[in-house]
Amino acid sequence: MPEANPGMHVSDIAHLARIDLTSEETALFQSQLDQILHYVEQLNELDVGGVEPTAHAIPVYNVLRKDEIGQSLDRDAVIANAPAATGGQIRVPKIIDQ
Amino acid sequence: MKYEATIGLETHIMQKTNTKMFCACKYEYGAEPNTHVCPVCLGYPGALPVMNEKAIELCCKAGLLLGCEINPYSKWDRKNYFYPDMAKNYQITQADQPLCLGGQVAVEVDGEMKTFTLERIHQEENAAKNTHVAGASLVDYNRAGTALMEIVSNPCMHSAADALAYLTALKQIMEYGGISDCNPEKGQIRSDVNVSVRPVGQEKLGSKVEIKNMNSFAFIQQAIEYEIDRQIEVLESGGKVVQETRGFDSDRGETFSQRTKENAHDYRYFPEPDLMPVKISAEQIGQWRSELPELPVQRRERYVKELGLPEYDAGVLTADMATSDWFERVMVHTRNAKAVSNFIMGEMMRLLSEHGLSIAESKVTPEKLAEIIALIDAKTISTGAGKQVFEIIFNEGGDPKQIVEEKGMAQVSDDSALEGWADEAIASNPKPVEEYKAGNAASINFLMGQVMKASRGKANPGAVMQMLKQKLDG
Ligand SMILES: [Zn+2]
Repeated sequence: MPEANPGMHVSDIAHLARIDLTSEETALFQSQLDQILHYVEQLNELDVGGVEPTAHAIPVYNVLRKDEIGQSLDRDAVIANAPAATGGQIRVPKIIDQ
Repeated sequence: MKYEATIGLETHIMQKTNTKMFCACKYEYGAEPNTHVCPVCLGYPGALPVMNEKAIELCCKAGLLLGCEINPYSKWDRKNYFYPDMAKNYQITQADQPLCLGGQVAVEVDGEMKTFTLERIHQEENAAKNTHVAGASLVDYNRAGTALMEIVSNPCMHSAADALAYLTALKQIMEYGGISDCNPEKGQIRSDVNVSVRPVGQEKLGSKVEIKNMNSFAFIQQAIEYEIDRQIEVLESGGKVVQETRGFDSDRGETFSQRTKENAHDYRYFPEPDLMPVKISAEQIGQWRSELPELPVQRRERYVKELGLPEYDAGVLTADMATSDWFERVMVHTRNAKAVSNFIMGEMMRLLSEHGLSIAESKVTPEKLAEIIALIDAKTISTGAGKQVFEIIFNEGGDPKQIVEEKGMAQVSDDSALEGWADEAIASNPKPVEEYKAGNAASINFLMGQVMKASRGKANPGAVMQMLKQKLDG
């Protein structure tokens, strides 16, 4: 059994992703996550001090567009996708946190 | 014990672009809710963002105006959080490779020149606007995804006055540079303020409190002052300042503890796979640099050196770009800079503030003010009459020359008319005449007043003085 990574707990990640897990699921996924992390940790054996971090695998830069106004969506169609709406605004459960 | 406050600002500025940061939806303040939205800014699955070239340009130009180094390579990251103001559940921003690095804002605070250094400027996208009603929140995504840059200062300020001076200068530079309109009411400039307090002499900074998302400069000042006092009180009473996010209650003038969305380390930043990095060449930077407009500091200098205005006038005129531009438009038609300055700082500012108008709304146009000044300089009207003409045009509009004619405001310099008034003043005031002749030079002012009164203010004062002296001395 690989050692658990102290920084990565399935319960924390589930909370951040807003996923409800049972304690059985949490235990199962924690052991699977630990295995994955352990596998990836092999990379720590390499000295990558002089290697530039890669954000993208292909050398393409500056994919830009002109600042010209294009077509937006029809509001009725947008609202039709929302669970609830009031006066053209999308209505969600109250989010103010005080 | 003596305490020292340390303050840093993260200022979000909405750039002046036609479209959003990563999609072609229009950026328009005050539009009908959710009318400027598309699959990209609504976070529909599979929609792909494309960078707005103008936003990149404006961010880099802001950097050049603030003395930043433009990063030759910068990239995009996802900042993950769940909140309905960002439909994708992440915000595209720049974490470790922003567009601009370093920089500074130099500004006078209470008569002392100070330089506040910047850590960075990064480009990101704005969040949607939430409105809270009973039992629900309403979301308008028109603002979601609009171009927003974040200017991060170092923790280098020590008072509310420092922060206010910094923000005022920053706003001024962004306006002059055409980067943003920086209208606080439209949320185009908003700041998060970090405040900590430590005993003087202690090296380690105190626990940092962040006051989030304030647009009014007056509230920012109040919040900082309140927070410094609060933290000192906590320390004085033997307590510990809790590192936290606080909100500002403008009605009470107090900050209050706020629950946070996520802790910073929970944002799980990672490189944005949908956007390629940005490379900026030295040629491009040179091109942008050559396009930069004159800044307030430079204008102020020019007004003093080339136009001969006092430092004070130059400072007032350049305080905001609209006023300074207006001044420049008058200067196209006249060479009398001091007269223009006096009118703007005096009549114009007084009347604008009385009527709650901006200079752009004034019925006195630059051309008309130049005409009024020309009439004064030609001694056709007195300065006082010039001010009256200004006010008449400000209130009712009209043409300066026509008003002077209609209201009979032209000065009388004609010797025959002046002579009558002068003789009368001398004849009916023997005492001041005697005093003047006995060596009391100031007594002539009384006689002068009498002539002005007789002429109902229309006599040319210079001509009257000359006439009186001629008669009394001769
Ligand atoms: Zn869009």
